Amino acid sequence: MSDPIHVASTERRELISFRVGQQEYCVNIMAVREIRGWSPATSLPQSPGYMRGVINLRGAVLPIMDLAARLGMPMVEPNVRSVIIVVQAGDRMVGLLVDAVSDILSITDDLVQPTPDVACDSVRSFVRGIISIEGRMISEVSLDRILPEREAMAA
Amino acid sequence: MDELEAIKVTFFQECEELLADLEGGLLAMQEGVGDIETVNAVFRAVHSIKGGAGAFGLEPLVRFAHVFETLLDAVRSGEVPNTVDLAAVMLRASDVLADHVSAARGLGDVDMAASAAMADELKAWTDPSAAPPPAAVAAETVDAPPPAPVAADPDALDDDDLGFDFQPMTISIDAQAADAELIPTNVWTVSIRPKSDLYRKANETALLLRELSRLGPIVATMDDSALPTLEFLDAEAAYVTWSVRVETDDGEEAIREVFEFVDGDCELDIVRGEAPVEAALANLLSAIEPPAPQAAVQAAPEPVAEPAPVASAPEPVAEAPPPVVAAAPAAVAAAPAAAAPAKVTQADVPGPGQSVIRVDPERIDRLIDLVGELVINQAMLAQRVGEYGIAPSSNLAMGLDELEQLTREIQDSVMAIRAQPVKSVFQRMPRLVREVANMTGKQARLVMDGENTEVDKTVIERLSDPITHMLRNAIDHGLESPEERRAAGKNPEGVVRLAALHRSGRIVIEVQDDGKGINRERVFSIAVKKGLISPDVQLTDEEIDNLIFLPGFSTADKISDVSGRGVGMDVVKRSVQALGGRISITSRPGLGSTFTLSLPLTLAVLDGMVVDVAGETLVVPLAAIVESLRPKAEEVRPLGPVGSVLAVRDSFVPLIDVGLALGYRNTSPSPTEGVVLLVEGEDGSRAALVADAIHGQRQVVIKSLEQNYQQVEGVAAATILGDGRVALILDVDAVINLRRRESPRPTEPSLIAAE
Repeated sequence: MSDPIHVASTERRELISFRVGQQEYCVNIMAVREIRGWSPATSLPQSPGYMRGVINLRGAVLPIMDLAARLGMPMVEPNVRSVIIVVQAGDRMVGLLVDAVSDILSITDDLVQPTPDVACDSVRSFVRGIISIEGRMISEVSLDRILPEREAMAA
Repeated sequence: MDELEAIKVTFFQECEELLADLEGGLLAMQEGVGDIETVNAVFRAVHSIKGGAGAFGLEPLVRFAHVFETLLDAVRSGEVPNTVDLAAVMLRASDVLADHVSAARGLGDVDMAASAAMADELKAWTDPSAAPPPAAVAAETVDAPPPAPVAADPDALDDDDLGFDFQPMTISIDAQAADAELIPTNVWTVSIRPKSDLYRKANETALLLRELSRLGPIVATMDDSALPTLEFLDAEAAYVTWSVRVETDDGEEAIREVFEFVDGDCELDIVRGEAPVEAALANLLSAIEPPAPQAAVQAAPEPVAEPAPVASAPEPVAEAPPPVVAAAPAAVAAAPAAAAPAKVTQADVPGPGQSVIRVDPERIDRLIDLVGELVINQAMLAQRVGEYGIAPSSNLAMGLDELEQLTREIQDSVMAIRAQPVKSVFQRMPRLVREVANMTGKQARLVMDGENTEVDKTVIERLSDPITHMLRNAIDHGLESPEERRAAGKNPEGVVRLAALHRSGRIVIEVQDDGKGINRERVFSIAVKKGLISPDVQLTDEEIDNLIFLPGFSTADKISDVSGRGVGMDVVKRSVQALGGRISITSRPGLGSTFTLSLPLTLAVLDGMVVDVAGETLVVPLAAIVESLRPKAEEVRPLGPVGSVLAVRDSFVPLIDVGLALGYRNTSPSPTEGVVLLVEGEDGSRAALVADAIHGQRQVVIKSLEQNYQQVEGVAAATILGDGRVALILDVDAVINLRRRESPRPTEPSLIAAE
C-alpha cells in the first residue's frame, strides 16, 4: 500500500476498502469524492428500501444508498461509526452508507478474480470482481450498476 | 486564429439576433403595421449580416445578403412599394438567409438551387421594368446608365459598405436634364453626419474639412438645427451635420479616402453635383418618401422628410453659391461637442445609457447560486437567533429582518437579470409553421399572443422543444387539409394560436388549433392495437385524449417528415415533467384541440409553506395553496368506505392525507388533529391536503433531485432549510393524482402516465 505508483505493464490501481456487515468491499479511489460521518437523511417517498433518503452536501442534494440493503443484506440502523462514502458515478454523485472504512489498497488487475457464480443476482451484477489480499476477501463494487436506473416517472 | 474564431462566434450570435429582428420586422410588415422604421430595421439587419459575413469571407452568404439588401434598399427608398406580398416573399428570403448563416456556421447545408431561385425572385422585384417612379430611374444603377451626372456611381451599390444609399431622387429628370450642362462635373456634395462615436474616438470634423479642402475649394455649411437648448444638451452626443461643396478633379475615391479613419463613425453621402443639402440630409435621416421633384431645385424644405427638425432648417445650397458659413476650422471646432437627441439620430448609434452588456450566462448562474446560498444562510441565522430567544424587537432581530429584505431584493434583482420574454422562442415559430404547412400541404396561420411574458432563462431554453413539437402536431395532426376544411365549412386556412401567460405563479403556454379535434375512436383503437391499454377498459373522453402522451403512440396514417416517428408527445411530456411542468390536452371534435403546458416561472426559487407530516418536513408551493385552516369535526364528512371530504363553504373537497399519499404512514390520523391546506391543482381541481402542523412561510431555493438521483413521484424538488437539512417540495398535482390512483376502480398502470 505504501508502494509508489509506477506505470508498468500491469497498471496499479488504488481502492478504498470498507466494511458492510461482516464483509469487505471496495471501490476505486478515483471515484471517491469524500468520506463523511452519518447524519440523518430526509427520507424519500416512493423509493426503494435501500435508498436512505437525501442529505445536504454543501448545497447539493445527495441521495444516500444503504449498501447493505442494496446488496440484499439486512439493513442495520446507522450509528456514530457509520460513514458515508461520497462517490461519483457517471454524472451523478451518491453517498454509500457503510459500516466503516478499512484502508486503502494498491493492487494490479491480475489480483482481481472474477466473481464466483453465486446464486444471488444482486451480488453477480454489483460485484465486479474479488480481490484476495493478505488472506482477506474484498469484493469490488461496480458503481455503474449499483445506482438505480433513472426511470422515467410514472410511465 | 483563435481570436478570429472568437470574433466569429460573436458574429454568429449577433446574426441570430439580427435574424430574429429581421423576421420580426418582416412579420410586422406582412401584417401591414410596418412603418419606415421597421423597413430600416430590417434593412440594417440584413446589412449587418452582409457586412460581417464579408469580413469573414463567407461568399455565398454575402452574395445572397447583397441581393436581399438591394431589394430592401429599394423598399426603403420607396422605389419598390412596400406591400404585404413583398413581405411574404422577403419572409421566405429571410428563411434562406438563415439557412445561409447556419451553413456558414457549419450547421446544415443550403439548398443552392432554392437560394438562387430566391435570389432571382428578389431581383425580379428590384427590376426597373416593374415600373418604378421616375425618380427611381435615376437611382437604378444596376442596368440603366445614369441619365445624368447626378446619378450615383454604377459601382456604388457594391462598394457601399457604410449603409448609406444613393437616392438622387431629389432632382426630377426634367429639371435635371435642363441643368445638366450647367453643373460642372467636378463638383461634389458631401454630407457628413457624425455620430457621437466619432468624437469619442478623438476625431474631429474640422480635421475632415481641412482634409477635404486639400482636394479643392470647399464650401461647408453647418446645420445646427438639431442642437437643443443648453439644458437639454448632452455634451457627448453629436448634433451637428455638415454639407460640403467640393470642387475637385480627384473623383469620389479621393473624397472617400478622407473619411477612411472615421469609417462607421459618421454617415456619409457623396453625390456628384450640387445636390441640395436638405435632400441629402433627409436621405441620411431615412426619410420615407421621395420628396417632391421640385424640392431639389427650389430647395423647398417642407415636403421633404418626416424628421422635420433637420430637414426644414438647412441653408439652401443649390445653385447659388451659398454663404461661406463654416469653412474656417475655428468656427467648426466649437461644434463637435454638440450632441444629437436620440429621436433625431434614428441611425443605429447605441446612444449613451442604452448600451447592452453581453455577459457569459455562467457568471449569472454562479451569481444566482451564490444568492441561493445566501438565502439559505440567512435562514439559518434567523433560526439560530430564534433559538437563542432573542426578542423580536431587539436590534439584532431587526437587523436580521433588514438582512432578509435585502437578501430577497438581491435575489429578485438577480433573477430579473435572467428573466427574458418568451419572444425569443416564439420568434422562431412562424418559420416553423410556414415550413410545416408547406411540407404537409396545409394552410396555416400562426397567431401569437403574450410574447412579452417573461420567464427565467432556464425555463426559456427548454420551452423551445415542447413548443416546436406541439406546433408541429397541431398542424400535422390537428389541422385538416384545405379541401377537408372547405368541406366542413371552415376557412381553408387553419389558425394555430400560440399564447403565453402568467397564471398563479407559473407560465402557461397554450397551443390551440381550429382543426378537427382528436378522433377518439381511432386513438382508442390504436392504443389497443399497440398494446398500450387493454381493449375492455372504460375510459372517459379526457382519458382517451391523454392516451396520445403514452410512449410509442403515433396517430399519423402515414409517417411524415414532420411528426409521427412515434417519439411524439410522450417525449414532450417527459421533458416537461422533468422541469416540474405539466402538459394536458383538451379537444372538441370538429372544433380543434388545445395543448396546455404549464411550467414554473423559474427553476431557482419558490415561495413555500413549511409543514410537518409524519415527522418529515415538507414544503408546499405557496402558489398552489388557496387557504389553510383547522377543520372542525362537523366539516369532515366521510364518503365511501375510506375517503372523506371537507365541507368548505358549501362545496365538498376531497381530503388527502399527505403522509399517506407519500407512504410515510399507513393510517392517517383524524384530519381535525392537523391542519388542512386547501390547494388548487393545475387543472383547477381542488383538494384539501392534511398535514400535522404548519411551520410558516418561507422562500426556498429549489435544488434538483434529478441531478444526483431521479424524479420522485409526489415530489417536485428538494430544498435546504435553515437547519441545514434537506426538505422535499411537494408536487401538489402529483399528490392529488396519487390519491386518484388509489381509487377503487382498477386502472391500467400505463394509464397513469396520462394524468
